[in-house]
Amino acid sequence: MNLGGGQVVNKQSMMPSSSCASWKSTAGGGSSGGGGGDGGVPDQFPAGLRVLVVDDDPTCLKILEKMLRNCNYEVTKCNRAEVALTHLRENKNGFDVVISDVHMPDMDGFKLLEHIGIEMDLPVIMMSADDSKSVVMKGVTHGACDYLIKPVRIEALRNIWQHVVRKRKHEWKDFEPSASADEQKPPEEPDYSSSANEGHNWKNTKRRKEEDDEAEERDDSSSLKKPRVVWSVELHQQFVAAVNQLGIDKAVPKKILELMNVPGLTRENVASHLQKYRLYLRRLSGSQHPGGMNTGFMGSPEAGYGSISSLNGLDLQALAASGQLGQLPPQSLATLQAAALGRSNNSKSPISVPVIDQRNIFSFENPKRYTEVQSQHLPNSSNSKPMNLLPGIPTNMEPKQFVSLHQSGQHSFGSMNNQVLIQMGGQNQIQSQTQSQGQGQGQVQVSTNPHHGLRQPVLSSEMLTRGGVVDLATTVYNPVVSQASSLVDFSMNHKTDSSGNSYPLGGSLGISNITSTSSTLQGDVNLDTKVSRRGIVPSYDIFNDLNQNGYRDWGLQDVGGLTFDQSPVLLQHNRPSGQEIGGQNRNLTSNKVIFSPGVETGAHRNGSNIGQPRNSYVGENPLRVKAESLNDGSSHNTLYPDHYSQDDLLTAILKQQQQQEGVGQPENEFGFDGYALDNLPV
Amino acid sequence: MHRLVANTRKSFFDQGYLDEQFVQLEELQDNSNPNFVEEVVTLFYRDSARLLYNLDQALEKRPLDFNKLDSLMHQFKGSCSSIGAKKVKIECTNFKAYCNARNAEGCKRTFHHAKREYTTLKKKLESYFQMLRQVGPTEMACRPR
Repeated sequence: MNLGGGQVVNKQSMMPSSSCASWKSTAGGGSSGGGGGDGGVPDQFPAGLRVLVVDDDPTCLKILEKMLRNCNYEVTKCNRAEVALTHLRENKNGFDVVISDVHMPDMDGFKLLEHIGIEMDLPVIMMSADDSKSVVMKGVTHGACDYLIKPVRIEALRNIWQHVVRKRKHEWKDFEPSASADEQKPPEEPDYSSSANEGHNWKNTKRRKEEDDEAEERDDSSSLKKPRVVWSVELHQQFVAAVNQLGIDKAVPKKILELMNVPGLTRENVASHLQKYRLYLRRLSGSQHPGGMNTGFMGSPEAGYGSISSLNGLDLQALAASGQLGQLPPQSLATLQAAALGRSNNSKSPISVPVIDQRNIFSFENPKRYTEVQSQHLPNSSNSKPMNLLPGIPTNMEPKQFVSLHQSGQHSFGSMNNQVLIQMGGQNQIQSQTQSQGQGQGQVQVSTNPHHGLRQPVLSSEMLTRGGVVDLATTVYNPVVSQASSLVDFSMNHKTDSSGNSYPLGGSLGISNITSTSSTLQGDVNLDTKVSRRGIVPSYDIFNDLNQNGYRDWGLQDVGGLTFDQSPVLLQHNRPSGQEIGGQNRNLTSNKVIFSPGVETGAHRNGSNIGQPRNSYVGENPLRVKAESLNDGSSHNTLYPDHYSQDDLLTAILKQQQQQEGVGQPENEFGFDGYALDNLPV
Repeated sequence: MHRLVANTRKSFFDQGYLDEQFVQLEELQDNSNPNFVEEVVTLFYRDSARLLYNLDQALEKRPLDFNKLDSLMHQFKGSCSSIGAKKVKIECTNFKAYCNARNAEGCKRTFHHAKREYTTLKKKLESYFQMLRQVGPTEMACRPR
């Protein structure tokens, strides 16, 4: 509600922030900017922690605000979830932690939690007068860091900083292996991650480090960091193949490295990539059970292994899309998707085709990758409807579809899924054709509803029932492919086909924090990006300094980094039929892709489409996953080369990241030149 | 007078009108917010009037929508608990139990009790704050319970 209020608080908390590097970053972004940046003040962490409180009850809100102020935190209060999301989106790095009530009239607290998780990846603490186990469990499954029972006591609020630290620490870990910058930080982690008592130590060390390194980081981040490894699509495929060969449980970096036999690749690179990959997988599997989400990407996993993910993907995309557009579709799903896609870039980003392409690429890429991943998980045999996570990326078709979708849908990307689907419907004919895939064309059809805007929820439900959006996606896409008229724009897609992997995804992955469920796959890719991003983004971030460069690059950063972890969905898809699914998935993914870029465009655009794709990618992944599941039969997928497996997707994603980094061009997603995991701890 | 204030305050706790949460509010009061407790209580009464109105309306409907009633009461209960209105909160809990049991009569009865407690507490607190103002802010410092 009152940013002003929060900002006013600065006075109290400013001091501390200035001392820490992270504070500095936040200072810039957040209200604490005021006195910060001096570095002269001793760490007073956790003082100055920037908290956003969301509660529709004004009495509680007032009390919480006072309590938090008494803890020397910077407080911003909101009585509406939508307003809170707007705050968060406008100030990507403006907050360190969010406290939200569960029961709110305009948006369910868990939905808000999802959104935040996807878009910004901030720690969220839920609170409610309801202490029933089911509700608390829901909080846990939705990813809340903590759950406070009302009435909240000030003692409970004093320690919320631990969640911020923990999250950052976790992020750093991801970075660590690959980023040189991380090296500096890790040592400090133990200090602060421990109890509050040690916070002081951490602060000191951190501060010292920050002050010393900040400049370095910023200026020489590249030099400080180890040369990044660009996880190109091909490389990622090799990686996944190696992991599959060894078995996910037995896959150790050393052996993977040996199997991959890639000169110049270090065990460390592999280790960090593996970590991300695992997180992604975990996320995929994790997202399956949460029941609640359904509307959004979260819920979908339930629907079907693959399908859910697709749903998620779509949702995410939609969210992303919508996010970018700046519109928050009322439906949480849409929002989520939009968030996922565009993460709140909310600008009405014109989903430019080029952007889309990139996105598509991601989607393509991802699906591919994911499919592979899925296969790992599921011995794929059953995947008749391959998890299309990735598979969906039909080579060109999808992109086109998306393009058209975008154009049509656009603004409500939230329902991107819908839109995509809808559009597909438009293409309809195609759909019927694609139906061959057998996937639930019916579903697709649903999507075709004209109201594409927020359809997603509809879609999702259908998809869930069916098996996920995948079907839809695939079907939709497939036909589209044939038509390929509108989507032609997706140059990216084309490329993918040709090159096989341009993963715009790569880029996008990095961007979007699709931490949420769906993009787990992307997670892999994102992991890299995310990691880096996270470091930067987090409000407190000590890592910010490190990520400085990453930060700017990625649109994702704002988003909080794509945390692929969240998109388990993708992984789940096992693409039974490599190609076809892939093709279909591709479509799906591409759809996703589209959204995200668009969404992102508004916001963080690094200035390159790539950046966007990343975001989209995140969103996409969910879609893709779904696509994969759909693929069960699309025969025409031949378009997609086998290699479009999840690996491809990942590669794509990675590529995208690269692209965002400015490495590649959006256009050539397929040719991943190898994107540097810039995102990685920069 | 000071003793009167202190005793009045103590009676709130002894008689169960207020609970520990109220102390939390008192502890939040400081120089920058010298009338914090009163402000919060005032805000509570203003906002909860709306909730009570909604509950009244919902209880007039036939048939009763228990889910809605539960949801509305949940909000009201949350508010009550945040200021430490103990007796009101107890009635809210009872109400919710009746709601779950789909007992319309029970709901209406407990709601009536809740409103009564709510009004009683309001009067008590109003006079208490008035007393405080007369006495001066220092009185609020470290009160024994």
